[in-house]
Amino acid sequence: MLRYILKRLVISFFTVMVLVTVVFFLVRAMPGEPFLSDKLTPEIRENMVRYYGFDKPLYVQYFTYIKNLLRGDLGVSMHYHGIPVTQIIRDSFPYSASLGIRALIVAIFAGITLGVASALNRGRFLDYCCIIVAVLGVSLPDFVTGYLLQYVFSIKLKLLPIAMWRGFKYTVLPTFALSFYTTALLARITRASMLEVTNQDYIKVAKAKGLGVFQIVVRHELRNAILPVITILGPVTAAILTGTFIIESIYAIPGMGKFYVSGIQNLDYSQVLGLTLFYGIFIVIANFVVDILYGFVDPRIRADRRDAS
Amino acid sequence: MREISRDMFAPAARNASPDGGAVVRPSLSYWQDAWRRLCKNRVASLGLLILAAYVIMAIAIPMLSDTDYRSIDADSIDSPPTAAHWFGTDTLGRDMWARTWAGARVSLSIGILAATINAIIGVIIGGVSGYFGGKLDMAVMRLLDVVSGIPYLIVAILVMVVLGEGITPLIIAMITIGWVGSARLVRGQALQLKNQEYVLAAKKLGASHARIIICHLIPNTMGLILTNVTMAVPYSIFTEAFLSYIGLGVQPPGVSWGLLARYGSQSFRFAPWQLFIPSFFIGTTMLSLYLLGDGLRDALDPKLRN
Repeated sequence: MLRYILKRLVISFFTVMVLVTVVFFLVRAMPGEPFLSDKLTPEIRENMVRYYGFDKPLYVQYFTYIKNLLRGDLGVSMHYHGIPVTQIIRDSFPYSASLGIRALIVAIFAGITLGVASALNRGRFLDYCCIIVAVLGVSLPDFVTGYLLQYVFSIKLKLLPIAMWRGFKYTVLPTFALSFYTTALLARITRASMLEVTNQDYIKVAKAKGLGVFQIVVRHELRNAILPVITILGPVTAAILTGTFIIESIYAIPGMGKFYVSGIQNLDYSQVLGLTLFYGIFIVIANFVVDILYGFVDPRIRADRRDAS
Repeated sequence: MREISRDMFAPAARNASPDGGAVVRPSLSYWQDAWRRLCKNRVASLGLLILAAYVIMAIAIPMLSDTDYRSIDADSIDSPPTAAHWFGTDTLGRDMWARTWAGARVSLSIGILAATINAIIGVIIGGVSGYFGGKLDMAVMRLLDVVSGIPYLIVAILVMVVLGEGITPLIIAMITIGWVGSARLVRGQALQLKNQEYVLAAKKLGASHARIIICHLIPNTMGLILTNVTMAVPYSIFTEAFLSYIGLGVQPPGVSWGLLARYGSQSFRFAPWQLFIPSFFIGTTMLSLYLLGDGLRDALDPKLRN
């Protein structure tokens, strides 16, 4: 196990480096350049180009970037002049992560419960309730749920604050708005996966042995059905924790979401690369954890992995 | 004790009994059987009918109707549904009925095409990666990590730069990054299923790797694959809306359901129908896909086949 983890860490490092390399050259291939404002005089422009090293050949810039990266320096933002990218991340990530963790907890709890309940009651009332939640969750996009929740709970009922991020009361609406889609996704995947399992022989055996319903559902059905849920949760966790553009802008939360879009719109190369790296590390770690969890949930996969390495 | 004579071991003649070798009913292929069972499932057939109706309306109405989705009726701006404008008008006085069906063309083709192609690529790559495991799996999965780390806005912009704007480049941009999700899902299932007894049995009977993946692993993950496809349809519809909204993809006066919902959400406090109508069509499309997907799941499940 230790050997496997060490090996994965080394591979993870190279995966992230490949990602940074690919995005470095992709972002440079985009049309336009960062300093196009009319307000810049040619002298200032030239100074800025020299400051950011754009006068050097691309491969020299690449190696400089990697060298700085390995020292933990992500460079300076080009749009927010003089602010290091690490500082942008440090300032905005806590908000996104705090909102993301809340939404994730709600989604995991509600999604899996709904999925199990609807699979057990297939074709009956509870199943249809779950279908409605799942269909609403995926057919109402986040910009609609965001506005609707604000409209109903803040404007009409005046129960919760409409926006900002100043305490628990402020977190409720964005948490639900953000968790809605993920809840629906997890409910559907759980339901589909549970249905694959319910007809298996070992469930019949468990029933024939006279085990309690709870034990059959949790220890036999859910444990065998949870694998695809874990698969989905890996990338979903990475995406939710690192911020979402629409929900954060609807609720005026100073998270990371907007920087992904603004970085690309402003062609702020260092910001795009820094955020890609940050998100990439999350993806790699999340999928690493998923692969380890596979082994715990299904020992057959673990045995297989040992043969392979 | 009975005498054992030599003639008791003589090979039996073919068709010893009058109809012993005859097939009682014509044998059905996997897909024929699935279709038969799908048609028997009433809820799923309803889903299929609604979807088919939407597709036909999306093709026919913009061709037959004399109201253009771009033409402006300055006398009725933000008008609620009336006899002249069945679905009302939008903030520029454009007919929502015509816009809904013009938008259906874009949204349905993007949603269904992108989701289906993504699933096919994902199933092949994920199935192969999970089935073979080991170093190949490691390499493929790290490739997936890299692909899912690339910001999709960059991919979308670059695809548009190379191929120009329009629906096809939009679909291509979505496919470039979209297959990752289903590949991960199928790979996880393949890891779990490849140790099942029936796979072992197939291997010992000399089935080729391709046969095991296509005939044994994929049918057994069909439920999840279908669920994933039906979830990917609205995801593509809204990704298109987001890209179009920030100026990539469908340009005004072009329109799609996702864009209609986006414009509608800005004016729903005084013109709620502008949000409800596109949301209704996206919602019912989803519901039909859900019911159809659920029926297909049952129809394609080899464990329920009799």
